[in-house]
Amino acid sequence: MSTPYARLPAWADYGLIPVINLIVAFAVAGLVVLLVGENPFRAAAIMVEGAFGSGRNIAYTLYYSTSFIFTGLAVAVAFHGGLFNIGGEGQAYIGGLGVALVCLTFDSILPWWLTFPLAIIGAAAVGAAWALVPAYLQAKRGSHIVITTIMFNFIAASLMVYLLVGPLKPQGSMAPQTRTFLEGGQLPKLNWLMESFGFAVRSSPFNISFLLALVCAFLVWLLIWRTRLGYEIRTQGFSPKAARYAGIGEARIIIITMMISGALAGMMALNPVMGDQNRLQLDFVTGAGFVGIAVALMGRSHPAGIVPAAILFGMLYQGGAELAFEMPSISRDMIVIIQGLVILFAGALEHMFRPSIQALFASISPRSAGVVAAKREGA
Amino acid sequence: MEYFNALVVILDSTIRLSIPLLLACLAGLYSERAGVFDIGLEGKMLAGAFAAGAAAAVYGSAWYGLGAAILVSGFLALVHGFASITHRGNQIVSGVAINFIAAGSTIILGQAWFSQGGRTPSLGADSRFGAITLPFAEAARDIPIVGYIYYELISGHSIIAYFAFFMVFATWWVLFRTRFGLRMRAVGENPSAVDTAGISVTWLRYRAVLITGALCGFAGSYLALTQNAGFVKDMTAGRGFIALAALIFAKWRPVPAMFACLLFGFLDALAIRLQGTPLPLVGRVPVQFFQALPYVLTVILLAGFIGKAIPPRAGGVPYVKER
Amino acid sequence: MADAAIELAGINKSFGAVHANRDIHLEIPRGTIHGIIGENGAGKSTLMSILYGFYQADSGEIRVNGKPTTISTPNDAIATGIGMVHQHFMLVQNFTVLENVMLGAEGEALLKSSIAKARSELIRLEKEYGLEVNPNAIIEELPVGLQQRVEILKALYRGADILILDEPTGVLTPAEADHLFRILAQLKDEGKTVVLITHKLREIMAITDNVSVMRQGQMVATRKTSETTVEELAELMVGRRVLLRVQKDEGKPGDFKLSVKNLTVKDSRGVTMVDDVSLDVRAGEIVGIAGVAGNGQSELLETIAGIRRAESGTVLLDGKPIDVTGTADPGELRDRGLAHVPEDRHYVGLVLPFEEYENSILGYHDHAQYLKGPFLDIEAIRADARDKIEKYDIRPSNERLKTANFSGGNQQKIVLAREIEKDPGVLIVGQPTRGVDVGAIEFIHKRLIAMRDAGKAVLLVSVELDEIRSLSDRILVMFDGRVVGERDGEASEGELGLLMAGVERQEAAQ
Repeated sequence: MSTPYARLPAWADYGLIPVINLIVAFAVAGLVVLLVGENPFRAAAIMVEGAFGSGRNIAYTLYYSTSFIFTGLAVAVAFHGGLFNIGGEGQAYIGGLGVALVCLTFDSILPWWLTFPLAIIGAAAVGAAWALVPAYLQAKRGSHIVITTIMFNFIAASLMVYLLVGPLKPQGSMAPQTRTFLEGGQLPKLNWLMESFGFAVRSSPFNISFLLALVCAFLVWLLIWRTRLGYEIRTQGFSPKAARYAGIGEARIIIITMMISGALAGMMALNPVMGDQNRLQLDFVTGAGFVGIAVALMGRSHPAGIVPAAILFGMLYQGGAELAFEMPSISRDMIVIIQGLVILFAGALEHMFRPSIQALFASISPRSAGVVAAKREGA
Repeated sequence: MEYFNALVVILDSTIRLSIPLLLACLAGLYSERAGVFDIGLEGKMLAGAFAAGAAAAVYGSAWYGLGAAILVSGFLALVHGFASITHRGNQIVSGVAINFIAAGSTIILGQAWFSQGGRTPSLGADSRFGAITLPFAEAARDIPIVGYIYYELISGHSIIAYFAFFMVFATWWVLFRTRFGLRMRAVGENPSAVDTAGISVTWLRYRAVLITGALCGFAGSYLALTQNAGFVKDMTAGRGFIALAALIFAKWRPVPAMFACLLFGFLDALAIRLQGTPLPLVGRVPVQFFQALPYVLTVILLAGFIGKAIPPRAGGVPYVKER
Repeated sequence: MADAAIELAGINKSFGAVHANRDIHLEIPRGTIHGIIGENGAGKSTLMSILYGFYQADSGEIRVNGKPTTISTPNDAIATGIGMVHQHFMLVQNFTVLENVMLGAEGEALLKSSIAKARSELIRLEKEYGLEVNPNAIIEELPVGLQQRVEILKALYRGADILILDEPTGVLTPAEADHLFRILAQLKDEGKTVVLITHKLREIMAITDNVSVMRQGQMVATRKTSETTVEELAELMVGRRVLLRVQKDEGKPGDFKLSVKNLTVKDSRGVTMVDDVSLDVRAGEIVGIAGVAGNGQSELLETIAGIRRAESGTVLLDGKPIDVTGTADPGELRDRGLAHVPEDRHYVGLVLPFEEYENSILGYHDHAQYLKGPFLDIEAIRADARDKIEKYDIRPSNERLKTANFSGGNQQKIVLAREIEKDPGVLIVGQPTRGVDVGAIEFIHKRLIAMRDAGKAVLLVSVELDEIRSLSDRILVMFDGRVVGERDGEASEGELGLLMAGVERQEAAQ
């Protein structure tokens, strides 16, 4: 890494620095609120209240978080393989197609608990397939995956518009969406879970795919740090030359990593499509694919960081909706700014505060800064 | 003659649709030639459009609008520079961040200041960059073909449009005929060579990034002050990314960049023109097909099936002095 | 008595905890060639980077031509008349020679007149110093020797009176190096001062007037070259008598383990890197490949290891073919008993951000003993890593430490332990002691000899001729992609040096 001679203790590295970055991001967002002529502290209070103030609010927060866990994991898995998947948005969008096709086919003949696994497979397969083309082009033709995945977001959007205003639209309908799924294509809500904690929830879109997201978070941890494939992905991500030396096929790893990433992004579609709206609509992803980038950066690509980061963003989305209600001058687009600021400070500027923090640690206690024994050799 | 006139009309709208692409594409060219990848063209253009619309509405002058667009877009360019040059952050991540910040803040500020659902107030002719009728255009109008082309195609664009075409050649000249251009190309290929030659890599890259910001401001101004009468939320609608695609298509060279932007503009014009009309042989082509075509073409290019696009060698890599 | 072109007084420089330069005093007389020698990491390059304004000294004074001077950027250095030829050339690959020479010294804001001026100045320099090179040639199409010439031209074009060359011969053939020395001598005759940084004693003796020796960040001695000997300098460099010969018995070569026949390898640009090479390595012998860096040794090694594809030819491992032109795979070769210690441990042999134990299975991560189904058997891997740490005395003895935090010698031991402990029949080794401290060098050499004595076949590539000579039973010399000669382990340095220079081959062609 970029700090060859001074180390910070792990808690500072993984706790303090991300928290400082986050605080700065929120401070700048507060300035925007000031600019708009509102009180940032009141805005923050409304947001927190809106996100956690009642059982219903918490349920909504977790509903949004569910999508972000999926997309955050998707971006993180690609990061481990040294790949930047900006295509989560498109993969999730197309993933909705997989969910819808399964639900439209089986919702009248199967119960939800049989449709659900099929829909998972459908969403994952279609998402993976959409990631496959950029992955293949990167692996075999060296096309820059950042650019190709961006292009595929737009291609996905065009394709979905075409399908939803055309082939997938029921006869005689004007709205660009599929028909509503029958009960066999609807996921059960998790409101009972909230109620079992003593919160009253009348209605919310919070559904069982949240549990699937948590399972996926665990599976990603297992994959990356405990399996042979994960070891190969990390080797490739850190040093493609070392991977080649170790007999790890670069093309194979790029393709598998991106397909896992695409599958996770695709599974995000289960949450809104099957869990809430029960039909495929235009633009149902609403930026969740991009939020995944912020979530993965904030969570440092580790599931244990991604889940809390996703909940934070769920909070922002839900709290932001309440905020827009209370302060009409602040719409939900405030969240987009915060998201951008988090990506800026936790991602692009992640090392901005590091030198001063290292200096601070070194001045307080040289030993805790862990000055590494002299290395004769140039790094 | 009818077909000819229809063609000229399509080409005319091709030019109108290509201008913002071309300005953004040339903007990206400076930054990327200097070794700083920029996927934040979209955001800078959007912020520029908002600033242009807002300032023009408040001060009633298109020039104030343009000035504000350049300042705001330039500021975002500085943020990108601060993250990716000074702090050696990931350039892709920084670009993504800028796109979000621009997308969110234009709506929030627009709503807070003008309360029109994220729009800026509709602008009158005085506070826009309107069409300029070139000398003798009216007179030449009736001369068949040449005169008609002059009247319809060459004349009647805004000052920014002429500026955009001027910039194509200005950029070529700067790049290959000036000291700054030589150094900028060098720093995008091998920053160590520039550093050891006693030139500041940081300052050189900052200058390139600032030019990128300024040109994105022009692109945004064109959207808000020429193509429309004010700012509308998300009005760039992915043009920043098409510009990026055009830049790759042009292999980071100014004159081919112009042709790439014209090609993508043409596809757009064609899509609008053909909406719903069946074509011979293929039948009705969905408009989404044309919308997706620039992206599809870029992917095919990137795949190396039509020539190889090799980016500047030091692109995307922060410069760190070797120890 | 010539006055000093450069005087350094009390220069100190630290990088974090590493004290790279410690109270350096140095005086370089004008119009001389001054050598600075020292091992890798002795602080030579840091010192010269300070002189060139690339780094600032923490303390101390620089005087140029007697005047105290602050050099805080390369620009200051250029203005004071100091020019530098870097070890890794600072050239823009897709620019012409002319553009590279001009860069940073263009003069006016428009290029037109500066191009004309640079062109005429280039012609003048060419005539004056015999530095011929086509000003319109693109750098990436020029051979390395000419690229270096462009670097020298760059410095002279900027009016350098003092020219610093950092390890200039590392990438040159001996013939090119000789040519360079003639140029340097000519520069000296014109009154320029030349500072030559190297770790090659022969160059020091051949060309310098004075020589200063650095060791562990300190300037330990300065001598008149005519009044010193190779032995004295070597001792000053390493601080104790060098063990020139490693203790080893007569080899007992057995069966053919590795046979390479008519192997040809091209790089991605289609340039032939390995040209029709054939060689055999038998059980119980070390075959050394000598040669100046860049003569195809690296590519040969990588091809045998299955990392690089060959154009044509065959390689037999234990009599059975390796599909080097098609599907050869490093993993498959490991299973067949071929282990590989790569030249570049930082990016190839190790993954530096990994914990030590994770690196201890790199390449063997698919072996059943480390796996439970698709999962890694973390406990087994760590236990195995602890074993190797103890056996190879790897320090610090902590398998959970990030690999980047080990020293060069210990990192190399991690690689060696991994490769040797799998008990391979054939071991191929590239630059085993590059950037490794003296203590670890001895350890590594003994391990390689032990492999040989255990009846293994060892193929060794090194640019350190001493290493090749002290370890090998047979020595092959590569030049320009070809094996140009084979000698036994007793071959003299001079004999091998001539082969490395491609002398025999040129004579044969005439």
